[in-house]
This record gives sequence, structure tokens and C-alpha cells, in this order.
Amino acid sequence: MNKITGILLTIYSAVFFLLIPAYAKEKDIIFATTTSTQDTGLLDELIPVFEKKSGYRVKTIAVGSGQAMAMGGKGEADVLLVHSKDAEEKFVKDGFGINRRIVMHNDFVILGPKDDPARIRGLASAADAFRKIAASKSLFVSRGDKSGTHVMEQKLWKKAGLNPEKEKWYQQTGLGMGQTLAVVVEKRGYTLCDRATYLSRKNKIDAAVLVEGDAALLNIYHVIEVNPKKFPRVNAEGGKAFADFWVAPETQKLIKDFGIRKYGAILFHPDAVK
Amino acid sequence: MDLIVNGIIQAFSLIVSLDPEVVEVTLLSLKISGAATLASTVIGVGAGTAVALLRFPGKRFVISVINTGMGLPPVVVGLFVTLFIWRSGPLGGLGLLYTPAAMVLAQIVIAAPIITGVTLAAMQKLPARLRLQILALGATRRQLVWLLMKEARLPLLTAVMAGFGGVISEIGASMMVGGNIKGYTRVLTTATVMETGKGNFELAIALGVILLILAFTVNYILTAVQQRKQK
Amino acid sequence: MSGPIMEITDLQVIRNNMPALSVAGLSFSEGRVYSLIGPNGAGKSTLLLSLMGLVRPDRGRVRYRGADIPGGASAHRYRRNLAMVFQEPLLFTGSVFDNVASGLKLRGVKREETRTVAGQAMELLGISHLSKRRAGALSGGEAQRVSIARALAVDPEILLMDEPFSSLDAPSREALIADLEHIIRERGITTVFATHDRGEAMRLADEIIVMNGGAVVQTGSPNEISLYPASEFVASFMGTETILTGRVTGSGGGLLVLSVNGTVIEAAGDAGQGSIVTFCVHPESILFSHDRPGTSARNSFNGRVTKVVPAGLYRKVYVDCGITLMGYVTARSMEDLGIREGGEITASFKATAVHIIKTIPA
Repeated sequence: MNKITGILLTIYSAVFFLLIPAYAKEKDIIFATTTSTQDTGLLDELIPVFEKKSGYRVKTIAVGSGQAMAMGGKGEADVLLVHSKDAEEKFVKDGFGINRRIVMHNDFVILGPKDDPARIRGLASAADAFRKIAASKSLFVSRGDKSGTHVMEQKLWKKAGLNPEKEKWYQQTGLGMGQTLAVVVEKRGYTLCDRATYLSRKNKIDAAVLVEGDAALLNIYHVIEVNPKKFPRVNAEGGKAFADFWVAPETQKLIKDFGIRKYGAILFHPDAVK
Repeated sequence: MDLIVNGIIQAFSLIVSLDPEVVEVTLLSLKISGAATLASTVIGVGAGTAVALLRFPGKRFVISVINTGMGLPPVVVGLFVTLFIWRSGPLGGLGLLYTPAAMVLAQIVIAAPIITGVTLAAMQKLPARLRLQILALGATRRQLVWLLMKEARLPLLTAVMAGFGGVISEIGASMMVGGNIKGYTRVLTTATVMETGKGNFELAIALGVILLILAFTVNYILTAVQQRKQK
Repeated sequence: MSGPIMEITDLQVIRNNMPALSVAGLSFSEGRVYSLIGPNGAGKSTLLLSLMGLVRPDRGRVRYRGADIPGGASAHRYRRNLAMVFQEPLLFTGSVFDNVASGLKLRGVKREETRTVAGQAMELLGISHLSKRRAGALSGGEAQRVSIARALAVDPEILLMDEPFSSLDAPSREALIADLEHIIRERGITTVFATHDRGEAMRLADEIIVMNGGAVVQTGSPNEISLYPASEFVASFMGTETILTGRVTGSGGGLLVLSVNGTVIEAAGDAGQGSIVTFCVHPESILFSHDRPGTSARNSFNGRVTKVVPAGLYRKVYVDCGITLMGYVTARSMEDLGIREGGEITASFKATAVHIIKTIPA
């Protein structure tokens, strides 16, 4: 019987050992953000810097902007980095978030097959491009996941005066940007993509940037702290520390250098320090 | 084709060169699923043996519940565990969400019924009179349970294998309650999905291959033990 | 001599709302060999399990050396005085030695002693050469020998066996019975074994306990049971097929005259004129010849052989002489007497060979 007791003790201590980190929760920050920041590798670059400096542990949950704000809206996250202007403003107005600060921007591009059946290459207006895609009934692949990219795309359709939701040539993946790009390449369709993700995948995909540079395609990231008055369990201090980190000059420089070092072009343009 | 071939070649070079990221993810997977399997073994073998040996009203119902539990979809487990442990949930105060502990917890919910069910079946498969024979040899109750477990040890090993196989390859619950946090809750399955999403197919394939090797190795070791014990 | 080693009083075991076992009283004396016989479902196994303390009786008591046997957590202390062998060997995974030593191991016997004692037990059963063999690789006969060695290794005061030979082929059964008989007699182990084979019971037992439908219907020495069955059931179970019912037409001086469908039979016994009696004649008491035998056999009938059925070393011969009589003959006698189906023969038996089972007075 002693053998069994020994085994049991080992098991319990093993499980207990794994449970210990759970009690160091004040040191944990739950950070909800978009897939684009994670998929480009930016977070892997910045978070260790913050963790080392502050002693906090950042738990990154990479989802779409919509879901990130939904988590914040339930108090399940401490700090958000998102890109969905109208939703962000509503989020703060409703009292869920405080201290919304601009961090950086990049822009969206319209990608499509190189032979460009809808003939949108070089158009200056994203709305015009969308109208041509609709007119030619060329396949358009949408994220369809309430992410910042999806919200931006919906805004552009609205601007073009169209509602493609029920059209056959309009398909929604419900996936992150990276996986959606795979679908786009497979099916030879058009899509709206943030430039950062595009650059990080450029060499691996068979699709071209057809429309870029329209002011309407600007993609701005804000950091928002979840309101601790609304959710007492939120790690307010940690959230603030991490939000401050994003807008600190040293971090902003890291953001700028990141793309250049890794992809040879600026992926995210820092905006917090002018 | 090139993608696959190159992917596999690069995958193996990542594995052979012990790429730190690959090693980290693999070790975490082993730790979390290993802990979950160990805990589930204690719970499952205990509960399965108890249900098999004891007579009580509603036993049939309990067995049905266990059998249903054996097929719990991991995503559903993930959802319910999340509901329980997020900050506004009943166990929110423990701050378990997005921790390895939460993953262990969810994986226990997945594996414990599997191990319980297989244990139960194994115990029920033993000849009914074996129990009487053991008692007739003068065994105490503890000795009885111990001897029965020993007799059922091969199927019990299968139970553990099934439990481990179930959780190491599970993604739904791990993603939901773990959150795929780098170096903390990022395990083989969640990392594979993420790397596929990012288009890092070499890394995704490497992780997938490791998952396969891991599953194979564990099964191989257990099978070898089984074969040796039979001699 | 002291009191019985085991005793049962007013024991009842209910299964599925039906009494599976209902025994008013039984006692077992030290050193004797008891055989429980009866058909399947007679309650033999339940009785054995009750003695072992493995079935909780719904009523009544089982006493060991004068004290009620304990239940619950201390039941194993009582059980360690006994050992039980089942129909199937029920061996553990492991070697033959591991199996034989298992009871000793459960009792916490030291390793050295275990080796010696288990070794002796294996020797006793002639399985020493199998010591290292895997239990799964044994023949049926070998496996049952291991099972018995395992039981004997703990030096039980009482050995219980539930149909221990019934799954063995004839040669292994013969050899095992012979060895076992030797061992239990030499060691003087009180033994209770269940069987549905009356031959085994007749051969091994000092006392036979006949069971049917959960009840004990007769106990006695093998001869008593065989020659003087208490009921038609016992008679037929013990192999007597000549069971007849007739009316008493004459009575006096310890002799009865019975009329069975017009056939007149003389029988030793006592009953009033006109009573209806059921009686039987043991097959060994029925003799066959071609001449009218001497006067000592009161009953002598000519008849026709209707059927000859082989039964082990004997043939069962059925003769129709108004009534049907069944007796045994050897193959040799068959030849000598020229017995064949359809042939004529004289069957005779003594008045004292008639055993009256039941009398319904006029």
C-alpha cells in the first residue's frame, strides 16, 4: 500500500505545483488584442521587454478587435490593443474602458489575384474598387469575425453604397487574417488585409496589392484600459502599466524598428510620440 | 507539393536542432497533459473501480453518465470550464482563466471520464467469481481492490493511454481556457493552429510531427510494458 | 470429541425475492468430508459461500467453533481459517508459484516461509515442475491443481470446494480426485465440496448432504442416501430408476404384499392394509438370470429387455415385466447372460431390497 500512497503523493504534488502560478494573479495582466499584432510577431518582440522591466506576466489573448472588446466589456481582460474606431469610442463612452490612447497605425490594402479580373489595380478609392468587385461578381473573401479588419471592410461597403452580405460571390471565413489569406489564395479572391499581415506573408502567398493609399484605409491602433470601477477584479495597476508601456518613447521606437528589421519596411507607424 | 516537402524537411531540421520555441511548446504540452493524465488516473481508476465494485441504487444511471462523459466534446468542456473560472464566474476569485492550471482542470474534465469508463469496463470484465476467490483467500477489502486492479492492469494501462491520447491532442478546451499564451499556455495543438494561421507551415508541420511522435512514443512504451508483463 | 467445527441454524438467503437457500440446521464435524449434491440451482454454491462468509444471510446464523462468523471489516480474519476452490481455477496473472503463494502473501507470511510452504503445496499436487510457468499457459487440469495448491498452501482448517472437478476431462479428473482424496485424508482437513456427480460424492464423502430447491432434503452416509432415499427426488438423483407406487394387499410379520398394477411384490416393511406406498429398488439390488432364483429372492419376474443404456463401466438394463425394473450389469455379464434388447430375462430382488419412501394410510 505504501507504493500507492507514494504514487498518489507524487501526483498531487505535481498537480499542486502547476496550480501555484494561479495564485500569483496580481502579477498577471490579461491583454486582449487583435490577431494582426500577434501574427506579425510584434508582441513576441515587445512583451518580453515589458515583462522583464515590470515583473508582470502578460497573458496575451489574440482575437479580433470585436471579441477583445467583448472580453473587456465583461471584465475578463485588463487592457486592450484594438483597431476599430467606432466600437472603441462606444466602448469608452459606455464606461467599460478608460484612458484610450493612440499607439500606432498602419493601413489596409486590397489584395487580389494578379490577373485582377475585376480590374481594380491602381484605383485611388477603396469604395470604387469594392463597387467594381461587386459589379464583376468576383469572389470577395471576408473575415466575418467582427475584427477590426472586418469592421473596416463593412464600413467601406457602406461607403460604396452596397450590402454584399447575401451575395454568392461574397464569402465569410470567420477566421483570423492569416488563415483568411490562405483561403483567398486558394480561391483566387479579393480581400481586405492589414498591411502588416500582408508584409509578413508576402513571400508565401500568390496575391498582389491592388489598391492602397486611400485615407479611408488607415488602420489605427489604440490601447484602452478596462475600467476597474466597473469590474473590481480587473488588474488596474497592471493594465495601466502595460498601457503606459505601449506609448512610452522607447517602446514606440521598438515598434518602428521592428518591421524594418524583420521585413525591411515599417509594419506599424508609431503615433504616440510626435 | 513543394510546400509539403520543404515543410517536412524544415520541420525535421527544427526538431533536430532543438529549436527553443519547439522545445518550449513540447515541454509545456507534456507537463500539462501529463499532470492532467496523472490526476485523471487517480480520479478515474478510483471512481471506475468503486462504481464497478459497489452495489448502489442508480448504478445504471451513473454508468450512463460516465459513458456520456467519455465522449464529451472538448469545446463544450472548454466553454463550461471558462464559464466557471472567468472573473465573473463562481470560481473567478481564483484567477484561473488563461493559466496552465485551467488547462489541467479542463483536461481532467475530458480525461477523467475516459479513464473512469475504461476502468469500469475493465473491472466488470474480470470474472465475477474472481472477487469471491480473492476474498476466500483471506484478503482484506484493501487487498481485494489492489488485487483486482493488478488483474486489470493491462486494460487500466489502456485507460491511461486513452486518457493521455485524448488530452494531448485536444485543442478546443486548451485554446479556450489557456488562451495560447506564449511560453505559458501555448501547447502543441494551439501552437499548430496558430502557426498554420500565420502561414508558418514549417513550424506547424514540425509541431504536428512532434505531436505524432509523442503520441506514438507514449503508446509504444505502454505497449512494450504490456507485452513484457504478459510474459 | 468437541462440538462441531461449523454449524448452521435456520439459515435463509433471499435472492430476487425468492429464498435461494433455506436450511433449518446442519453441522460439520472436524476432519470429516462432506459432499453437497443436487442439481444446478439447488443452493449448493450459496451454502458454500455462506459458510465462507461471502453471502450475507437474510436470516439465521453460521457458527465457527461455537461463535458467529463476523461480517464487515474483520470478516477476513475468519476467512483466513478456511480456503475455497471454485469450479474455474480463477488464477491470477503471474507464475504458478505466485499463485500458490498468493494466500500466504495476503497473510503477510515472511518470504522464506512462503517459499517453503508454497513449495510443499506444489509438491503435494504434483506441480512443482510448473513453478515458473505462467498461469495462462496451463492446461485445465494443471490450472485446477494450482488452484487447489493455492487453497491448501494456507493450511486451512476447512476446505470448501464448489464443483472443483466438473470442468475437467475424465483422465485429469480421475487423477486429481485420487490425489486430493489422499491429501485431505492424510491431513484430516474438514472438507465440504459441492458436486452434481453422485459418483464423486460416493467416492469422497463421509457424509452426503442432498439439496434441492434451496433446501436440504436428506443427509446421511453414502450408503444410507443411496439405499434408503428419503424421497423420490433423492432416489432418482442417486440413480435409482425403479420407483413404483402400489397398494398394500397383505401385511404381517414385517412383510408387506403390494400390488402394483396387478403385479404382486413382497416387501419388508410395515403398513396398514389398503395403504398406498411409494417405494424404490436400488439398481444394484436387481439381479438378472435365466432361471428362477432361490427362495431368498421373494420377487422374481420374467420379462422382456426393452432398453440397454451404457453408463460408465456398467450397462443399465430395463426390463418390462408388467412393471419396469432397472438394474446394472457388467459387460461381461451381458455376454454371459445373453442380454440384448428384445430378449427374455428373469429379474429378481429380495423383499429387503424394497425401500419404502412414502406411505399414505388407507
